[in-house]
Amino acid sequence: MKELLSPGHTACPACCDTMIAKFTLRALGEDCIIISPTGCLEVTTSAFPTSSWNVPWIHSLFENAGAVASGIEAALKAMNKKEDTKVVVLAGDGGTLDIGIRSISGAFERGHDIIYICIDNEAYMNTGVQRSGATPFNATTTTSPSGKVSFGNPLPKKNMPAIMNAHGAPYVATATLAYPKDFMKKVKKAGSIEGPTYIHAHAPCTTGWGFDTSKTVEIGKLAVQTALWPLYEMENGTITSVKKVKNKKPVEEYLRMQKRFKHLFTKEGGEEEIAKIQKIADENIDIFGLQ
Amino acid sequence: MAILREADKDKMTVVEGSYAVAHAVKVCRPHVISAYPITPQTHIVEELSQFIADGEIPNCAYMNVESEFSALSALVGSAATGARCYSATTSQGLALMHEVLFNFSGLRLPMVMTIVNRALSAPINIWNDQQDSISQRDTGWIQLYAEDIQEASDMIAQAYKISEDKDVLLPAMVCMDGFILSHVYEPLVLLEEDLTNEYLKPYETNYKLDPKNPLSFGAFADPSSYTEFRYLQQQAMDKAINKVEEAADEFKELYGRYYGGVIDTYMTEDADIILCAMGSIIGTLRDVVDNLRSNGKKVGLLKVRAFRPFPAEAIKQAVSNTSVIVALDKNISIGLNEGALLTELKSILYNTNLNMPVIGFSIGHGGRDIPEKTIEDIVQKAENVIKSGISHESEFVDLREDLI
Repeated sequence: MKELLSPGHTACPACCDTMIAKFTLRALGEDCIIISPTGCLEVTTSAFPTSSWNVPWIHSLFENAGAVASGIEAALKAMNKKEDTKVVVLAGDGGTLDIGIRSISGAFERGHDIIYICIDNEAYMNTGVQRSGATPFNATTTTSPSGKVSFGNPLPKKNMPAIMNAHGAPYVATATLAYPKDFMKKVKKAGSIEGPTYIHAHAPCTTGWGFDTSKTVEIGKLAVQTALWPLYEMENGTITSVKKVKNKKPVEEYLRMQKRFKHLFTKEGGEEEIAKIQKIADENIDIFGLQ
Repeated sequence: MAILREADKDKMTVVEGSYAVAHAVKVCRPHVISAYPITPQTHIVEELSQFIADGEIPNCAYMNVESEFSALSALVGSAATGARCYSATTSQGLALMHEVLFNFSGLRLPMVMTIVNRALSAPINIWNDQQDSISQRDTGWIQLYAEDIQEASDMIAQAYKISEDKDVLLPAMVCMDGFILSHVYEPLVLLEEDLTNEYLKPYETNYKLDPKNPLSFGAFADPSSYTEFRYLQQQAMDKAINKVEEAADEFKELYGRYYGGVIDTYMTEDADIILCAMGSIIGTLRDVVDNLRSNGKKVGLLKVRAFRPFPAEAIKQAVSNTSVIVALDKNISIGLNEGALLTELKSILYNTNLNMPVIGFSIGHGGRDIPEKTIEDIVQKAENVIKSGISHESEFVDLREDLI
């Protein structure tokens, strides 16, 4: 099979972005147009005069991927060229949950036929691991560091899938690079549905989270197995499928492998903080019926 | 001022400036219109929406977006897909687009956007001056300024021709003064559909997002190549000078209407004093020149149609025999106390053998009326400069002392 994302890019070994981009292109094939807002994926795949993209690809700005995608879709339709071409955004969490949320909201409200995939590595990795609205509770980042009076990010993660669902999107799903078949199945499904569809993908970042490059998939699986990353699909506003968590693992197993949570195991009071994270996982079990 | 064929006077109809512009956009056959409502631009986008609702613009999407930022961002995508694109905005909306303006021109995508010139907040003010578009002068967009609504509407077709030219490929703003032109009803000839089909061919490009020929847009350029991207943009702007002239000449040939190329002149050849300005103020200045000429004063008028690319050579030629140049600016660089025309005029004359004085006046801010008497007082000051040299290089006019 021809790879539509060529090697030779400058991403880190075990990069979550390029893995998800590859899986996306394997699922959709050549007949698609990719939009990437500013971020790691854009910077590492498009250094002039090279490009890793064997499909049409555009980067405009950081906060406008939703609008650019909607303009492409509108133009294709107006010129009678839409046919089966998929218009796909591959964006990071900062460009999606924070600075880009206005243009995504507009694009979904207008009902454009686009697939929006958020590659969520839970911080601004391209600029050096700063906190985003997707950073989980108690993770240390360079702008939410743990310190003498702090356990890191004091705020909960923004629930983006729920926000997209509230826009009336016909299809919203969570996914992870750790289960590529599940991810690609969801991408294909999103592509088969007319209208704006959204996939929120867990994306362990070796550099930003602090783990060995051989552990990307293992950490991704642990997020699901601890119920910190519930896998589900929503169609027309209702949850239609959930990946059950058998033999749920304690969150410590997930947290312990990552430097961004190391302070929870070394600082006084860390146990209580881990208990709070366990509570988030337990609540996910109830909310999504994971068991 | 439009020069009309005698026969075309029968084709004249009385419409609002915004309608004339919307009609011109319609006959230019855009594929995507994307806009966000803001006073005084609203009538243009309302008229276009009605055309769409009535099925009068075939194969065209109208996008009701959630902000000006997204209005222009959407068109980045549309233009990169090979679509002819249109938007209109003003003031705060244009300021909100600032980041996208650089991106659009840097990607070398063509489009046309009407700027219905309006003052910027604070204090908030919905009336006309030209601070909004002047503040975007370094964004790499072509900027054309219209004198009346005939020109503002005809300029749409000219701007597409220039913007989409293979040697240019830069987006263009067509600037028209808010309310003074956008909301005025005047007799004019609506841009002719049959002639426009001949004048403006469909936009075709090999540089587009197409799965059959995958290209990458918006690359990351490091210090080893970024400079050359900027240089090539400047080269395209240089080439646009002739393209503005050609677009005006071809338009004249086909439609019989002409407003000047990069500049237009009125009674400048023997003028001691040349008034230099852009936009609707030109109409007032023509009347003042006529009055003063009838009193024997040698006053002329230099209308700048293209502010970017800036027509340095054409202006130098037009002013070479005059004694003093007067720049009238509906904008100001706070901290320099100069309007943009004054600054540009001084800069193009430096390092030449032309060393006549240049003075400037900040005028018409936030919709302040510009009576003929004000211009006559300015001409009086210019006469004093000829007699006794410059006392004030740049000043505000008609200040209300009771508010200061």
